[in-house]
Amino acid sequence: MVYPDNLRYSSSHEWAEITGKTAKIGISDFAQHSLGDIVFIELPEIGREVKAGDAVCEIESVKAASSIYTPLSGKIAAVNNTLADAPELINQKPYESYIFTLELSNPGEADKLLDSKKYAELCEKEAGSH
Amino acid sequence: MDTRNTPIYQSHVRAGARMTDFAGWNLPIQYTGIIEEALHCRKSISLFDTCHMGEFYFKGDIGKSGLEYAFCFPIADIKQGRCRYGFILNGIGGIIDDLIVYRLAEDELMIVVNAATTDNDFATIKDCIKGTAVFENRSRSTAKIDVQGPLARDLMVERYGDDIKKSPYFGFINKKIAGKDAIVSRTGYTGELGYEIYIDASAAAGVWDSLCEDPRVRPAGLGARDILRLEMGYCLYGSDIDDMTSPIEAGLDYFVDLDKDYSGKKGIVQHKEMGVPRIRAGFVTNSRRSPRHGYKIFCGEVMSGEITSGTFSPTLSTGIGMGYIDTAMNKPGTPVTLSDGKVTIDAVIAEFPLYKNGTARK
Repeated sequence: MVYPDNLRYSSSHEWAEITGKTAKIGISDFAQHSLGDIVFIELPEIGREVKAGDAVCEIESVKAASSIYTPLSGKIAAVNNTLADAPELINQKPYESYIFTLELSNPGEADKLLDSKKYAELCEKEAGSH
Repeated sequence: MDTRNTPIYQSHVRAGARMTDFAGWNLPIQYTGIIEEALHCRKSISLFDTCHMGEFYFKGDIGKSGLEYAFCFPIADIKQGRCRYGFILNGIGGIIDDLIVYRLAEDELMIVVNAATTDNDFATIKDCIKGTAVFENRSRSTAKIDVQGPLARDLMVERYGDDIKKSPYFGFINKKIAGKDAIVSRTGYTGELGYEIYIDASAAAGVWDSLCEDPRVRPAGLGARDILRLEMGYCLYGSDIDDMTSPIEAGLDYFVDLDKDYSGKKGIVQHKEMGVPRIRAGFVTNSRRSPRHGYKIFCGEVMSGEITSGTFSPTLSTGIGMGYIDTAMNKPGTPVTLSDGKVTIDAVIAEFPLYKNGTARK
């Protein structure tokens, strides 16, 4: 399992790559591995204002459907349309396959997210409890 | 109760399988990926560990034993070397289990049942048997490996000899495999040409490992098995059929006899004569989204039924499912929506099999 150091993570297994007042959001290696083969993603609506913790879109694997939660607040600025036809890219390259980008309304929230070390510990704990 | 390991467990672990609890058994859900494994079975050969399933042995006079009363299909006229699919029913015609009966000899049968229902099935059948007939639960000592896929016959002939070719669909032969008596039947749960090997549990891991060495072969888990059977429209007991469902509602009339006497016959005759208000139907979605167990089926605004199984079909590249719908609505091509209240998916009613190119009968 890989957790790049330049990213921040939520306890619901999304990652955020923060550059100034914008952020790219995707799901972690742990999340894609738990979901298994991803077959569908419903991309969020561009322009929608979201608050950290909001469910913003749905993802489906062969096994189950789940929600994706935004780890930060802001406005959805763009979505990764490539994923609509090739959602399996999330399995193959979880950190290159961002799902949407945010214009952050409260960049300070990033401090509440986990760094790669703390997130790795969380994943280890969750994997052990299964 | 503790989860049990099959005799092939160590091979699964070595292959890096992800394991899951299924009916009290620790079984592989996937090795490399569910979709890849399902697609492999449609074009080459997949191995499935089905040691969890139950096997019973009967020896006695079939006609005099009372055994026939347990089954809603005739047993006495199954030819030696052939097997037959059908059901045991409760008093109202609900399905206690779906199973396959093998005619081993004039006075010998093997009965193959689902894992979760094994003990109850055994008791139900035993209740019907009178006199001195032998009836044993041999599930513990019997292992089962499914070899499935369009190239399965080539492999089986290479490994076990030309007489493998003699088995027609739903036929079987007796073989010595790894020094043990084995039964090899041309049956399966994938819709592909394939075989099921029944062998003493002590030989199972060796047979599995040896078959896995062939470059055409890959192991497949329960995830792929579920996709493959759903693409074919085969029912999973406990999800698509249960003791509150009759074979007539499930659209499985073909496997029910109306002449012989058996437990639950009254309910069956009634369903046949009066018709059923709900019937099992297949669904293909208009997207890559899949309905799941419990999704409601809507015809326009009207709630008309419920989905019992659903998944993504990698061969059709759409969501698929099956469920029970108002009989009056059941016409292939009818648009429906499938919803759990949160997600709504457009779909059409489709005829089984949903995947049309299976090689099972080739």
